[in-house]
Amino acid sequence: MLEFIMSLCATTAQNGQMILENTGISIYIVLLSTLFSYLFGIPTGIILVVTAKDGIHPMPVFNQILGVIVNLLRSVPFLLMIFMIMPITMVITGTSFGPNATIVPLVFSAAPFVARLIESSLREIDFGVIEAAQSMGASNWQIITKVMLPESGPSLLVGAAIAATTILGYSAMAGVLGGGGLGDVAIRYGYYRYEKPLMYICIILLVIITQIVQEAGLRISVKSDKRLH
Amino acid sequence: MNQPIIQIKDLYKSYPSKSGLAVALEHINLDIYPGEIFGIIGMSGAGKSTLVRCINFLEKPTSGTVIFDGQDLSTLSRKELCKARQSMGMIFQQFNLLMQRTALQNICFPMEIAGTKKEQAIARARELLKLVDMENKEDAYPSQLSGGQKQRVAIARALATNPKVLLCDEATSALDPKTTRAILNLLKDISKRLGITVIIITHEMAVIEEICQRVAIIDNHVIAETGTVADVFSRPKEEATKRLVYPEERKLPDFRSAHCYRLIFDGTAAKEPVISNMIMECKTPVNIVAADTRVIEGETFGQMIIQIPDEVNQVNLQRILVYLENKHISVEEVSECLNLS
Repeated sequence: MLEFIMSLCATTAQNGQMILENTGISIYIVLLSTLFSYLFGIPTGIILVVTAKDGIHPMPVFNQILGVIVNLLRSVPFLLMIFMIMPITMVITGTSFGPNATIVPLVFSAAPFVARLIESSLREIDFGVIEAAQSMGASNWQIITKVMLPESGPSLLVGAAIAATTILGYSAMAGVLGGGGLGDVAIRYGYYRYEKPLMYICIILLVIITQIVQEAGLRISVKSDKRLH
Repeated sequence: MNQPIIQIKDLYKSYPSKSGLAVALEHINLDIYPGEIFGIIGMSGAGKSTLVRCINFLEKPTSGTVIFDGQDLSTLSRKELCKARQSMGMIFQQFNLLMQRTALQNICFPMEIAGTKKEQAIARARELLKLVDMENKEDAYPSQLSGGQKQRVAIARALATNPKVLLCDEATSALDPKTTRAILNLLKDISKRLGITVIIITHEMAVIEEICQRVAIIDNHVIAETGTVADVFSRPKEEATKRLVYPEERKLPDFRSAHCYRLIFDGTAAKEPVISNMIMECKTPVNIVAADTRVIEGETFGQMIIQIPDEVNQVNLQRILVYLENKHISVEEVSECLNLS
């Protein structure tokens, strides 16, 4: 055991620069991917709720179609998504590898997931509260911005933590693209070159980041939730 | 009387369901006048919640018209309807406050929707908190308030945009009796002070008795009876009304062989102990089999069933009947099915 820890320390010392750099890349990928996933996921999630049969602006056929599209995107395994949308990635980023090239498929995979997370958060709101807003003469837009989003704030925060950690997990797969980041290092050095200690260090770092993000998300959510005090 | 503030004409509402159309409301006609406290009572499932939602068009009637303050709501555009709704406050059984906002922010909410300036809204909200006796709770979140306090905030919120009508959908059904009374008194007080029309939907007789002037009884999707509370409750005409006025099926022992009489108190009887005076005057003992009377606006309403022992002769019996007649109590012989209704 002691030997193992020693070897981890030695590896860290040797590869400190690289580990630090790739931790940074991982965080960069996750942050941007989460950001863009939410950019597309929030409106999609809202539309899914609003146009549902029991929503404030029912459009059942449209809702069904949108639901199917979201499910289709969600059912494509991430690894295949990377290859499937390679042409699109090329158009957007001008390259087919590196951190930026990883972000595109990550957004494609995560945005529909985020949309579902948002949808389920918004659905938690008691319809009575929406009805009350309607009785005061609120427009649908006002209901979305002043009731649905603020009232589901804490739940949306928990969702964001889940989304970010899931994206971090996916991003590790991007090693295939030479995408950079901790997952990439773990696969290339640890797996292909049998540098096991380096792999463990990457895994440990991934675990730590996941813990921090998840825990922070949960805490902020609880803290912001006025129902609990 | 002056022009009604709300006029419902031949309203019909149905929902699509698996087995064709499910009727929720039929042939509803109602006139509600400014400043009155109007009750709508019915068993659950009778359609009363749908009816109140038709008044502010949260539910669109299938046919028929709702005229509010001279406007036919069905002719309004979405925007105009939103505007009209700002003149109709609504409170709910489950309060429906925004859980992530403080009491003060909740009251500001309808004013935000209406586009009132922030400072103005806050000043008005503070005023309203005072009106509902919650001044010291302005920064409390709904989760920190009791049911009665939440309903007070909800009332203040409903009043924020100076509505002409306050719709109350089972507003006291989630509250204990003491809190219910306090909230009802508050509503009464507000109605009087602000001249606001209050429409109360409930399944509880006591609520109607406590504050309403007129009442409509809704049963099986139609309005069974409308009238002043005193009229409707003292002489319930329709089966549905009787069921509400005398909710428990009160089966009594079989007195068919005996002489049983039903005495009806309709508020005109003298304020004296009628029965005991009768017994002393006619020197005939009677048996009170059942009684259900209530005091509405200071007058006694209800009925009582008395049994006159078999050994009482015809003369004494006649004396009793004449005595009661003189006291303005109507009497009828009950032959069978001794049920208070």
